[in-house]
Amino acid sequence: MNDDHLPDGHLLYVYAVTRPFAAALPAGTCGLDGAPPTLIEHRGLCAAVSPVPAADFDAAPLRAHLEDMDWLAATARTHQSVIAALAEVTCPVPLRLATVCRDEDGVRRLLDSGRARFEPTIERLDGRIEWGVKVYADAPAPERAAPAPEVKAATGRDYLRRRLGQRQSRDETWRKAGTLSRALHADLCERAEAGRLHQPQSARLSGASGENVLNAAYLVPRERSEEFVAAVRERTPHVDGVRVELTGPWAPYSFAGGPDDGADQEES
Amino acid sequence: MATPARFPDAYPSDSGGANLADILERVLDKGIVIAGDIRINLLDIELLTIKLRLIVASIDKAKEMGIDWWEDDPALSTGARRRELARENEELKARLAAMEASRSVDDGPRAKAEEVESSERASGGDR
Repeated sequence: MNDDHLPDGHLLYVYAVTRPFAAALPAGTCGLDGAPPTLIEHRGLCAAVSPVPAADFDAAPLRAHLEDMDWLAATARTHQSVIAALAEVTCPVPLRLATVCRDEDGVRRLLDSGRARFEPTIERLDGRIEWGVKVYADAPAPERAAPAPEVKAATGRDYLRRRLGQRQSRDETWRKAGTLSRALHADLCERAEAGRLHQPQSARLSGASGENVLNAAYLVPRERSEEFVAAVRERTPHVDGVRVELTGPWAPYSFAGGPDDGADQEES
Repeated sequence: MATPARFPDAYPSDSGGANLADILERVLDKGIVIAGDIRINLLDIELLTIKLRLIVASIDKAKEMGIDWWEDDPALSTGARRRELARENEELKARLAAMEASRSVDDGPRAKAEEVESSERASGGDR
């Protein structure tokens, strides 16, 4: 009935589920169709959706697109930007990328079938945000470290000594990064409502320099957010070769219940 | 208790905007997983997530470094966690291989038609 809005050959892409809310989304919020997302309310829940072409998002084309890194990156950034916009005005429970329904009735079915998970998750996450904290060890790899011209190794023994020195300084940097990570994580867990460790990222995708030693996410009540950020800054010592990076604020993705919480496995 | 605390401004990180690894890690691997009407969600995104985890994670380095930042986490013991990561990595590789194999088997046009039908049936279903 309400599906007259949905143009032919289109599906509905669902970004997140929230409680119905009155506030306007920040100006300039754009979904995958270049327009602000539509809100579909259904029995006390609300889904933020955009119409997307079936030619891109039906099963077969989507499968092909997902193998395309550029397409994936653009879609992921838009998905994330819509959820970030929602997070400014309400508590969004992010859905995994590329959750697609055929029409508005499909979205309502999705809200109904997921109600038992959405409602408690919204309660739990309301008023909280996520901060990401990463620690990098920026030790120069021995092969990269250009020897200063004036200390050009005169003999094989000098060369070996220098290599040993480089290895020791690298080990030392890693050790410092490890010590800092342990202390920082313990401290931030105390300050946050919850903490999650993610796998360290490889520089291949992140483009970050150095080795990622700690990759953690923390769930923090909004009103304690500034305090948390200040604590991260304050706890960041100026240790040579060790870098702390703070990212966020994120919608609470890492605490919404992912593939490893097991809850989603038994739906069939 | 007037207004709810507003969403804080983004922290100006030295690297500029959020990096792609951070975003993909979150939008693919976190959040709620629920079946839309389009069946692809369940199998193919999982496949993609596994591939991505293999790209994103630098487990070998963590192992090589011998740094154990899980020590203070009571839920995770030291060597056990590292072994678990290595094991998980192996398991992911195995699953990826298995899923890719099975996908190429039932990737025929018949399977696709069936998939659409079954997802339509599911969406028109009784629940």
